[in-house]
Amino acid sequence: MEPILQIKNLTHTYGIGTPFQRSAVEDMSFEVYGGEFLGIIGHTGSGKSTLIQHLNGLLKPTGGQILLNGKDIWAEPKKIRDVRFRVGLVFQYPEYQLFEETVYKDIAFGPTNQGKTGEELDRCVRESARLVGIRDDQLDKSPFELSGGQKRRVALAGVLAMEPEVLILDEPTAGLDPAGRENLMANIRDYHRNKNKTIILVSHSMDEIAQNVDRILVLKSARVLMSGAPAEVFARAEELITAGLDVPQVTRIAMALKARGMDIDPAVYTVEALEQEILALRKGGAPC
Amino acid sequence: MLKDITLGQYFPGTTVAHKLDPRTKILLVVLYIVALFCAKSLVTYGLMALCLAVCVYISKVSIKALVRGLKPVLFIIIFTGILNLFFTPGDRYLVEWGFLHISDTGLRNAVFMVLRIMLLIMGTFLMTYTTSPISLTDGLERLLNGLKKLHVPVHELAMMMSIALRFIPTLIEETDKIMSAQKARGADFESGNLIQKAKALIPILVPLFISAFRRADELATAMECRCYHGGEGRTKLHVLQYQRRDYIALALGVLICAGVIVLRQFGL
Repeated sequence: MEPILQIKNLTHTYGIGTPFQRSAVEDMSFEVYGGEFLGIIGHTGSGKSTLIQHLNGLLKPTGGQILLNGKDIWAEPKKIRDVRFRVGLVFQYPEYQLFEETVYKDIAFGPTNQGKTGEELDRCVRESARLVGIRDDQLDKSPFELSGGQKRRVALAGVLAMEPEVLILDEPTAGLDPAGRENLMANIRDYHRNKNKTIILVSHSMDEIAQNVDRILVLKSARVLMSGAPAEVFARAEELITAGLDVPQVTRIAMALKARGMDIDPAVYTVEALEQEILALRKGGAPC
Repeated sequence: MLKDITLGQYFPGTTVAHKLDPRTKILLVVLYIVALFCAKSLVTYGLMALCLAVCVYISKVSIKALVRGLKPVLFIIIFTGILNLFFTPGDRYLVEWGFLHISDTGLRNAVFMVLRIMLLIMGTFLMTYTTSPISLTDGLERLLNGLKKLHVPVHELAMMMSIALRFIPTLIEETDKIMSAQKARGADFESGNLIQKAKALIPILVPLFISAFRRADELATAMECRCYHGGEGRTKLHVLQYQRRDYIALALGVLICAGVIVLRQFGL
């Protein structure tokens, strides 16, 4: 697989030359591959927000490079807007950015800035609205009449309508109820499956990350602590816990069973995998 | 960009200038302004400048910070200076050059005017640099207490002022966030003519207003939950009390102000 984004020794220092000098991102290097679903997890203040704002050129690195399809995004600073169209970023609580009279117009804001018009614009707006589950009759409503969860879907559609190659989601489910959370994640999974576009999901919730992503990047105090497939990362549960992070609930159960002397892989992170492990144990005739 | 805005920024400290009662400081500034407008000779202006210098020395506020406060009014200072310099008629002309002429009174007025504005601004800035906005509104509320008899809603005004001050940093942060979010959707705030630039502000202003109203609503509810019902019968956590240093400072202030007025009578 070809890397779509390459982050090379990225460093961002705030307040250089003042007593408040502080590095939010320090010497981070990693790759994001085309079509993958990458999860980024880290404690508050681990540099997640600063990092993702670099990926679409909202912040300029104070050191290091970001390559999009092999090209430095800051090679031509005047064309940074193109990078923002290609790497779509959905902020935390994006519903507070809505401003237009109708849902349709708000979703159309991004693609219009891109220069899309006429039928192409209409197609982008309707398709992205459908992707996040906004009904056609809701398109003519004012976005301020909608519920909180629906507003968030509209904001998400507003970024999807730009048809970015990479989609970055910063805590997309924060503040939603469990049903709304699962619903929204299902929409995002569908989008990933059908469009085969790259997604970067930033989250606090280990369970949410474990259920969705192909690969996890763990950040700790402005650096990359580990990266790898979920099974690899959760196999290092002890380290995660010392870093102040959680492991998925299923992994915690597996670890507890293992601690009681049962022969279970403590790195499982889905209910199905744990079920398989326990069933295998029973077949083996070990006492339960 | 937005973080550079300073509105009467407060530099915490423990000097006498910081410890003085906010009421004392407000009154001293008023006295200072009165004295400044009575001054009209080199002696009295010198006295005013000396007073400020002593206060600055006591407060340990850096001269740099004070001078920075002058920046926004630099244009007004220069404009006043030039206007006074060239367009004041006088008995004796020092320079005559076409329609431009500088008279002795003009030169005098220009120097004094510029000095007056600079001292005025630095004096008030010294107060805001040494007094937190909260204690400043507190002091103002107590000073204006008497106006309550005239049905002036003093407490409500002071409360509004402290809330406004409290929310300035919050709103700045919010604006930053909304700007980033719209930039991520390809909004362009830099290029285009004036009308296009004004239009580009709509995606920022609408969400900002909506969130400001939402915050106001939430704050009102939170205040009501804590049984806020206006100033009636409300007690204070920090009750302002004049100390000996306040009486001394006020006495000195009155003395200097009176001195300037007396000197003025003698034509100095």
